[in-house]
Amino acid sequence: MWDYTDKVMEHFHNPRNQGTIKEKQEGEEIVTGQVGSIACGDALKLHLKIDESSQTIKDATFQTFGCASAIASSSALTELLKGRKVDEAMKLTNKEIAESLGGLPEEKMHCSVMGQEALEAAIYTYKGIPLDSHEEDEGNLICRCFGVSDTKIKRIIRENDITNAEQVTNYVKAGGGCSSCLPDIDVLIEEVITEQEQIKVEQEKSVEAAKAIATAKQDSTTQPKRLTNLQKITLIQRVIDTEIRPVLAEDGGDMELFDVEGDVVKVILKGACSGCASSTETLKLAIEATLQDRVLPSLTVESV
Amino acid sequence: MTNTIYLDNNATTRIDEDVLAAMLPYFTIYYGNPSSMHTFGGQIGHVVRKARSQVADLLGAEESEIVFTSCGTEGDNAAILAALKAQPKKKHIITTEVEHPAILNLCRRLEREDYTVTYLSVNGKGQIDFDELEASLTGNTAVVSVMYANNETGVIFPIEQIGQIVKEYGALFHVDAVQAVGKIPLDMKNSTIDLLTLSGHKIHAPKGIGALYVRKGVRFRPLLIGGHQERGRRGGTENVAGIVALGKAAELAQQHLADVDREKRLRDKLEQGILAAIPNTAVNGDRHNRLPNTTNIGFKFIEGEAILLSLDDYGICASSGSACSSGSLEPSHVLRALGLPYSVLHGSIRFSLSRYTTEAEIDRVLEVLPSIIDRLRELSPFSSDDADWLQEQELAISR
Ligand SMILES: Cc1ncc(COP(=O)(O)O)c(C=O)c1O
Ligand code: FES
Repeated sequence: MWDYTDKVMEHFHNPRNQGTIKEKQEGEEIVTGQVGSIACGDALKLHLKIDESSQTIKDATFQTFGCASAIASSSALTELLKGRKVDEAMKLTNKEIAESLGGLPEEKMHCSVMGQEALEAAIYTYKGIPLDSHEEDEGNLICRCFGVSDTKIKRIIRENDITNAEQVTNYVKAGGGCSSCLPDIDVLIEEVITEQEQIKVEQEKSVEAAKAIATAKQDSTTQPKRLTNLQKITLIQRVIDTEIRPVLAEDGGDMELFDVEGDVVKVILKGACSGCASSTETLKLAIEATLQDRVLPSLTVESV
Repeated sequence: MTNTIYLDNNATTRIDEDVLAAMLPYFTIYYGNPSSMHTFGGQIGHVVRKARSQVADLLGAEESEIVFTSCGTEGDNAAILAALKAQPKKKHIITTEVEHPAILNLCRRLEREDYTVTYLSVNGKGQIDFDELEASLTGNTAVVSVMYANNETGVIFPIEQIGQIVKEYGALFHVDAVQAVGKIPLDMKNSTIDLLTLSGHKIHAPKGIGALYVRKGVRFRPLLIGGHQERGRRGGTENVAGIVALGKAAELAQQHLADVDREKRLRDKLEQGILAAIPNTAVNGDRHNRLPNTTNIGFKFIEGEAILLSLDDYGICASSGSACSSGSLEPSHVLRALGLPYSVLHGSIRFSLSRYTTEAEIDRVLEVLPSIIDRLRELSPFSSDDADWLQEQELAISR
């Protein structure tokens, strides 16, 4: 049996905004985005009412064929969308949908991806961009069983810090049928990881440079061990991004730096990490140990 | 807390109180090892013998033809591998595409060695074609393995007719009867079956015990190689309590065969009630040749996991072959083999009854199910008013 959060079950039992949108006023437009198919086992029609002058989503409703988490993801999506500007809505990721439900089981992440795709389809329709010029359809077809292109797989790898093919299957189904495309998916993961490592190297270079300048300054003021607040925060952020988050991502978790007050580092734990109290505690200690080691021995971590 | 209404007896069953009472002393009082050279252990031997005869009676077999195993999966594996080892020159296996994974995944593994496997297809009712069977059989066929009754649809294969054909070609005939035992009468004395698997937890015995019938004269090689237990056909100290339980469960199953009609009547009431009250539903598989306790019903336009979770709110336990509920991304291989349209495939639910099922429980399901289905269909984009999209998609699939 799936380990659904209470929030998923609550949305499943009491879905918000189900159905279609029939009525509109002057200056409003109704658009629909539909994704999935009955063959795949899930499908979603997302209806948006958009106010033309303010470019704001006035209303959002859904019709979903699928399991409990597909219904819950659709319901949560409509709540996230109401009142958003169209351009803001465009930026919504599947991760946000899953997070608004307190997380989804890994194997069910594709339900949140379906929500994001329906949203994109609806907005494309609204903007008059033909759906078949959709960036994802320009890519090469990687998974024949589920019709998934390399562009889409790469995007999902980037947005969700994916490290193995099994996760790709959980998010976009590719590889879950005959599994003949799994080697190709592995290649895509390699490509994205190499690409991201390059970015990281660039970033590290600039951080190194900044550090060199900072140390030079410190030397001149004969305060070798003291970091300025800005240096401290930059360094903390860097250790979090390069050393802590990749490790958390392996277990489907994530974190964010919220604030630094003196030596207290405040963080937000996300995804699989935010589940139970005991794991939060061990996690906190692990993050603390890394930061003490890499930044300053006096640091403590608080989860907010 | 709502009462549990357990309609998932093809998955596993509740241990019968009498079975439990029979097995308990063998954990704390008579815990000896039947192989020991002292009375304390040695006296257990006759208990194991009695259980063996109880199981043999249920199958119309002889005591010496029963080998105790740990589960149905072990029985299936042991049977196929023994049949292959006994005929090392033959490299071909025939089975069906609707078998349990205990057979299918073993066959896939054997294909990677030097065996070839024929997976017989089934028609829309879930039945195989005798011509295809005949055409597949050769002198190189070592074993034909066909399940007695399917766990998902309950469809019963015409085992003896199949066995007649198999025998003409000199192959061994294995039957996975995990779902049939205790639900239909079996008589190995008048049968073409060489090897037959059964599992305790499907017949109100505990999990972790099963048996394999090996026809006298069939050469057998053990899967588990070890001590001389089970007359050298399965190493490992006997699971005495489990064996006692299986014996008792077999005896009770024999008695209950007389009143499976009651189960069948309740199953039919459930099935007909659902079909009458809920539009766009259909029974999957052959309705005539079917286990008396099983019905598999497709609810169009909605997804099985959502139905199961909604039933769960009322304490009703059933199961589904939908992709979402299984954790795989593809719906059940059995329902796909029947060639069902996708609109039905994902929304299929299996109800499986037992001797404990009551009329009140069936009435309760009939009371709550229509509104569950209604609610989910209202959420679905595939309800009748936009049938266009659906038809487009079904067309795309058939292309
Ligand atoms: C037809 C069939 N064969 C084999 C098995 C496996 O039995 P066990 O769970 O005892 O290993 C099952 C149980 O699900 C079954 O239904
Ligand atoms: S091609 Fe991707 S799973 Fe079959």
